[in-house]
Amino acid sequence: MTAPADWPDRLFATLKRADIRQVGYVPDAGHARLIDRCRADPDIRDVVLTTEEEGVALAAGAWLGGERAALLMQSSGVGNCINMLSLARTCRFPLLMLITMRGEWEEFNPWQEPMGLIVEPVLKLCEAQVYRVQTPDEVEGAAERAVQFAFGDERIAAVVLSQQLIGKKVWTK
Amino acid sequence: MTTLLAGRSNDLLVVPGLGSTTWDLAAAGDDNRNFYLWGAMGGAAMIGLGLALAQPKRRVAVISGDGEMLMGLGALATIGIQRPGNLAVIVFDNGVYGETGMQPSHTQNGVDLLKVAGACGIGPCLDVRDEAALADLAQRLKGFTATLFARVLIDASKPPRVLPLRDGVALKQRFRAALGVKA
Repeated sequence: MTAPADWPDRLFATLKRADIRQVGYVPDAGHARLIDRCRADPDIRDVVLTTEEEGVALAAGAWLGGERAALLMQSSGVGNCINMLSLARTCRFPLLMLITMRGEWEEFNPWQEPMGLIVEPVLKLCEAQVYRVQTPDEVEGAAERAVQFAFGDERIAAVVLSQQLIGKKVWTK
Repeated sequence: MTTLLAGRSNDLLVVPGLGSTTWDLAAAGDDNRNFYLWGAMGGAAMIGLGLALAQPKRRVAVISGDGEMLMGLGALATIGIQRPGNLAVIVFDNGVYGETGMQPSHTQNGVDLLKVAGACGIGPCLDVRDEAALADLAQRLKGFTATLFARVLIDASKPPRVLPLRDGVALKQRFRAALGVKA
């Protein structure tokens, strides 16, 4: 049984088992723990990005050079990736995306909702296989299947981590 | 491009940008170690970064145009933090968008990519304005050990195009085979 709060560690373990060597990310509260784990690992090159589409290109370059990469982002970042995903689709680059959701549950900030609402349909239009996760127990299995799909088939796999899993962002004045 | 890649070393991998630099790279001689871009505008430098990090024993030259670099300007900030010593980013700057009708780009109106790269912590940053400086850059490509940026000022002309292979899967597979990376 997975302890509820340690799902980022489970994701990290999956990335390690998959021999992920480059992790691109735009800083994100939902991924904070996973980002810390990646930054602390000497065998993972952590690449902080200015925008998520950079990570799509980074992962393509990594694969050209024989390494596996993963891309961490918040739901809003999916919108930033759309055209660059053409690179992965045209060339069949493996792309493992781990996406934390905003704008779908207990969301205080309405500006998160427009993109949050269309994350899954947009990913599907971009030919990504979507693995949605609602509970901590589902995290590891979904991530393992996504790894297999991405690197086995050289396709786009997106693990969508629900806002309910991540928890409510606390707003203080 | 031909001058820049004359006597190209076996370990030099080249990623051009969408547009003229892809056609120019093909014109300089097709090579399995070229990864031509027919799309992904703004992505050339970041593909180069991922490749350079994955292949530390080889050198990577991203050779793009001013318009393509402008679309992914943030990549210079990202590269400025990583600074792999085997990555060179070279921009052929003609000040226009050649593929779309020669409209002026930002660089024609004061945006200085050399200063942007320098401000992002990339160095050395070379201002290539004549044949001698170009020959120097070509020589550096054979043995550089620090992240390099170069702006090469070129004429805004439209020579006949040489169009390379455009099947992305084939380009990827032949590139990986040339490097001998596992499937």
